[in-house]
Amino acid sequence: MDFLNAIVLFANFVFVPGLAYGAQLALGALGITLLYSILRFANFAHGDTMAFGTMVTILLTWWFQSLGISFGPLPTALLALPFGVAATAGFALLTDKLVYKHYRQVKAVPIRMVMASVGVMFVMNGVVRFIIGPNDQSFFDGERFIIKAREFKKMTGLNEGLAIKSSQALTVVVAIILVAALFWFLNRTRTGKSMRAFSDNEDLALLSGISPDKVVAVTWILAAGLATIAGVLYGLDKSFKPFTYFQLLLPMFAAAVVGGVGQPVGAILGGFVVAFSEVTVTYAYKKFITYLVPESWAPDGLMQLLSTDYKFAVSFIILVVVLLVRPTGLLKGKVI
Amino acid sequence: MKKILLATTIFAGLTGAAFADGHEVKMGVILGFTGPIESLTPAMAGAAELAMSETAGKVLDGKTVVPVRGDSTCTDAAAASAAAERLITAEGVVGIMGADCSGVTTAIANNVGVPNGVVMISPSATSPALTSIDDKGFFFRTAPSDARQGQVLADVLKDKGITKVAVTFTNNDYGKGLEASFKEAFAAVGGEVAISAAHEDGKADYSAEVGALAAAGAEHLVVFGYVDQGGKGIIQTSLDTGAFDKFILADGMIGESLIEAIGDDLNGTIGTLPGSDSDGAKKFAEVMKAAGNDKVGPFTPESYDAAALMILAIQAAGSTDRAAVQAKIMDVANAPGEKILPGELNKAIEILKSGGQVDYEGASNVKFTDVGEAAGSYKELEVKDGKFETISIR
Repeated sequence: MDFLNAIVLFANFVFVPGLAYGAQLALGALGITLLYSILRFANFAHGDTMAFGTMVTILLTWWFQSLGISFGPLPTALLALPFGVAATAGFALLTDKLVYKHYRQVKAVPIRMVMASVGVMFVMNGVVRFIIGPNDQSFFDGERFIIKAREFKKMTGLNEGLAIKSSQALTVVVAIILVAALFWFLNRTRTGKSMRAFSDNEDLALLSGISPDKVVAVTWILAAGLATIAGVLYGLDKSFKPFTYFQLLLPMFAAAVVGGVGQPVGAILGGFVVAFSEVTVTYAYKKFITYLVPESWAPDGLMQLLSTDYKFAVSFIILVVVLLVRPTGLLKGKVI
Repeated sequence: MKKILLATTIFAGLTGAAFADGHEVKMGVILGFTGPIESLTPAMAGAAELAMSETAGKVLDGKTVVPVRGDSTCTDAAAASAAAERLITAEGVVGIMGADCSGVTTAIANNVGVPNGVVMISPSATSPALTSIDDKGFFFRTAPSDARQGQVLADVLKDKGITKVAVTFTNNDYGKGLEASFKEAFAAVGGEVAISAAHEDGKADYSAEVGALAAAGAEHLVVFGYVDQGGKGIIQTSLDTGAFDKFILADGMIGESLIEAIGDDLNGTIGTLPGSDSDGAKKFAEVMKAAGNDKVGPFTPESYDAAALMILAIQAAGSTDRAAVQAKIMDVANAPGEKILPGELNKAIEILKSGGQVDYEGASNVKFTDVGEAAGSYKELEVKDGKFETISIR
């Protein structure tokens, strides 16, 4: 019984939140990795692309709600999501045309592209704050829980409750579908294959008649779509605030680098590594251990490795250690 | 553009005119109109301005005290100091009613208020640290220090038989000060703080914080935070994960917006808020109602009192000289003199004019200690059927 309590406790506070957060980071990191492998620069504006896409989705969600449209037990935001993706893809293509295209034509070194993306980041930052404001926005509707902690306790008779929010389940389901679709696209379709060819060897790809403009455009659309979906899922699960989305840039980059930049599978792996590190390192294991060991061994201290204040430092540390020890990441990727 | 220019010109002309005929005395109102307590400040400013409109045309033989608002942001010391600087140098305010949050209030007092010799009366800065700043007698507060609130909360918990709690506090002067005084007081009455952890405001996700708090094995969570910020996030996450369902709140967390956001799960939550059930408090509710403002929110009585004290001190000083006003604050706030309740400001002005003395009691039963802060009575609140209800006064 105590063993079960320990498992449920761990699942409730570490596994379930970590899984959802990991899936959100993975989707964001996928976008970064895709952009890096095709366009060959680290896109610092990715966090704010997420914020932009989520903002459009939120505005549409509010409009749908005012019209009385709802999606039953699921959040209305899912209905608005396709429009959000479309708008963000359009915005990304526009920035590509106005900013990055020029640097590609003059064959600028990657660091210039990176700096340009910092500029784009600030512009998007401003646009989002200008339109929706800097404050917290909550846009979740529909059924909030799949299992409530209290009901779980009653059902099982355990001391510990397990809560699963529908936003967490939704995140994982959407992430699985999306990743499967992305891999099918990259491995099976003509456009996907040409993207991979372009990523492996640009000159050869050009010689074999692949249109670079098309590859670039498709990459932007995919990255913007992934960013928007990741952002909306994060916002549904937690809440939307422009500044938090900007801060998500760090764990997303850490995820991409840990997995190996340019490796889609690595980005997913990295997302979960970063998310679970953040949660497991800052969790206090006192209660968990108390359940598992005989009473006399129960710890007095909190058994917490790192205070939750330092949660953000975890992704920093991972980033630095990976770059020092294994710059190519877990799966052999490119070196930034 | 043309319109903006025109508007600016007209505005400049108007303020110029006000200066010219000298019928206005300006008082700064510096509160966090944006930031973590933005849902509380409009009502606070409204209460302060009510005291001004009540005495319109009566102060110093026919003058009116008018408010000039500034944004303290509650968190950004530089922005708050700049706002205070503007009010003092550009607007020429006689005194400042504010600021609100402890950190920015300390910054304004140290950097701008005291060096310029401008009286500040804060309605809501409650950090114990403000008791001992070098204010040269220019800083007052109608809110009591949290050293007292920590004690009161500890007593409330003791009376309820709660002996073990988890504490989370917002990582700033207010949160840390309150946490320290509560911890000490709670230990003194035999309670145990199982874990005490800070939280940062303005994050989207508090699941890690709540996880750590829950791990310590306490059933009750004490939240020293802000109602529109991390405090709300912590409570929401605690309920979502089933970590805690019994909460104890301090003044920064008391607000209708919390109940609106969380809902019925909050029933049974207990809290403390500066205030009293005195005649003054009842009178204040009437005065507010008569002014078409029937919501007596947190810190509105203190805000009314802060502004009223300043107005009476101006009258007692007989001039708008800042130093002269400072010298009179203690006189009008404490005995001896005729007791003055809310809505009786004009009576007080008459008394002062004829050379008499007043003892301003106001809405929050003002009694200044010798460092110029309220001694403090607190309301013990409990959430019942989605409303904060006063259980007792301590």
